[in-house]
Amino acid sequence: MNNRYELNKNLAQMLKGGVIMDVTTAEQARIAEDAGACAVMALERIPADIRSAGGVSRMSDPKMIKTIQEAVSIPVMAKVRIGHFAEAQILQAIEIDYIDESEVLSPADDTFHIDKTQFDVPFVCGAKDLGEALRRISEGAAMIRTKGEPGTGDVVQAVRHMRLINQQLRTIQNTREDELFQVAKDLQVPYDLVKFVHETGKLPVVNFAAGGIATPADAALMMQLGAEGVFVGSGIFKSGNPAKRAQAIVKAVTNFNDPKLLAALSEDLGEAMVGINEQEIELLMAQRGI
Amino acid sequence: MKKTIGVLSVQGAFEEHIKMLEQLDVNCLEIRKKTDLTGHTIDGLVLPGGESTVIGKLIRELDLFTPLKTLIEADMPVLGTCAGLILLAGRIADVETIHLGTMDITARRNAYGRQLGSFQTDEAFDALGKIPMVFIRAPYIESVGEKVEVLARVDNHIVAAKQDHMIVTSFHPELTNSLTVHRYFLNLI
Repeated sequence: MNNRYELNKNLAQMLKGGVIMDVTTAEQARIAEDAGACAVMALERIPADIRSAGGVSRMSDPKMIKTIQEAVSIPVMAKVRIGHFAEAQILQAIEIDYIDESEVLSPADDTFHIDKTQFDVPFVCGAKDLGEALRRISEGAAMIRTKGEPGTGDVVQAVRHMRLINQQLRTIQNTREDELFQVAKDLQVPYDLVKFVHETGKLPVVNFAAGGIATPADAALMMQLGAEGVFVGSGIFKSGNPAKRAQAIVKAVTNFNDPKLLAALSEDLGEAMVGINEQEIELLMAQRGI
Repeated sequence: MKKTIGVLSVQGAFEEHIKMLEQLDVNCLEIRKKTDLTGHTIDGLVLPGGESTVIGKLIRELDLFTPLKTLIEADMPVLGTCAGLILLAGRIADVETIHLGTMDITARRNAYGRQLGSFQTDEAFDALGKIPMVFIRAPYIESVGEKVEVLARVDNHIVAAKQDHMIVTSFHPELTNSLTVHRYFLNLI
């Protein structure tokens, strides 16, 4: 891979231990930055509202993204539909810091993801198992996040995805070297990436938790399960006191191993987003793009 | 006895610094809250890269601000990279809020623009020859006070400097294979 790809992986390294927050306006972006977000995700509707509105969900208006770029000094990310490389070209043209090729939006291609190696800006992609994660990385993703189930406030799927990815990493690390070829075949991923996992026990890029994280305890749970940071989408601006909740989640990610501090952070946060359980959802976004 | 370096670990690329330092045979201590500093003795301090707005906010809210500033003002050797440079800068162009502010430099945040402006190059570091320098949404130093020694320049902008026991770089030595900057820092102790 080229130097650009290294620089793009490096930016994800700088985001580690941080919280990336979904914002829909410049005002929300400033609240997020003041609360300690390490980056913001600019989108017209947060996942919970995409769910309730239904219909086709697309890349946000570049003008709206630009107002957010002007409002904050931290990195600004934005989403494109799976496979929609023209949307990605547009975001690159407005110098976005990170593109999220996201299952939260309606997929534009039900077979092919974007060839991310053709872009200079970095991409983050969702994954629910190691095969998906490594396929996205081979397509050029510089950062991975769990898919979770966006817009639900239900953390169960993010937990499932993070545990599965880490279990699979451990398994490959302990696999005999002459069996790695078969592992690559089973996972439908390049052998070189399997070899890397075997040698290091890690993904070659940073891995964040995303989808359904709504409380400081959720964030701490994901960090203890091995996430290197978290995305919080609907959980903040769908709650009673966004600024306070945002700050509490930021501190919970830094001190995820300190239950006393987590207890203090969890006090008086006001109402959490209502949330919907996995069984109650009609649309499982995590099943988009494999 | 092995030296112990406290690495500010509230957000950002602190693990990368720890991996570099461990190759140089020192102990590392992750500093996440006040008791990590008050409960241990350290010989030096590293302020890593990350987002300076986040780190600046967290050191205040986790009661690390005053203990860190006190240590640095009492001549504790410190290495600040990227966001760490911003934390130590006495002035930040177009920004009112300064952080620890112990160093007589004026820094400019995101001086090379957005991620598309991030780059890697090889330039001379002090008298130690060329080293790889990785700039990620990096700042640079616009001007320095009399007591500050310039250690490196890229395209005429100051990207590394030293004042007494404080070293700052706007690039990320922890993202390369070169131990030059970390070794230089440990020599101050």
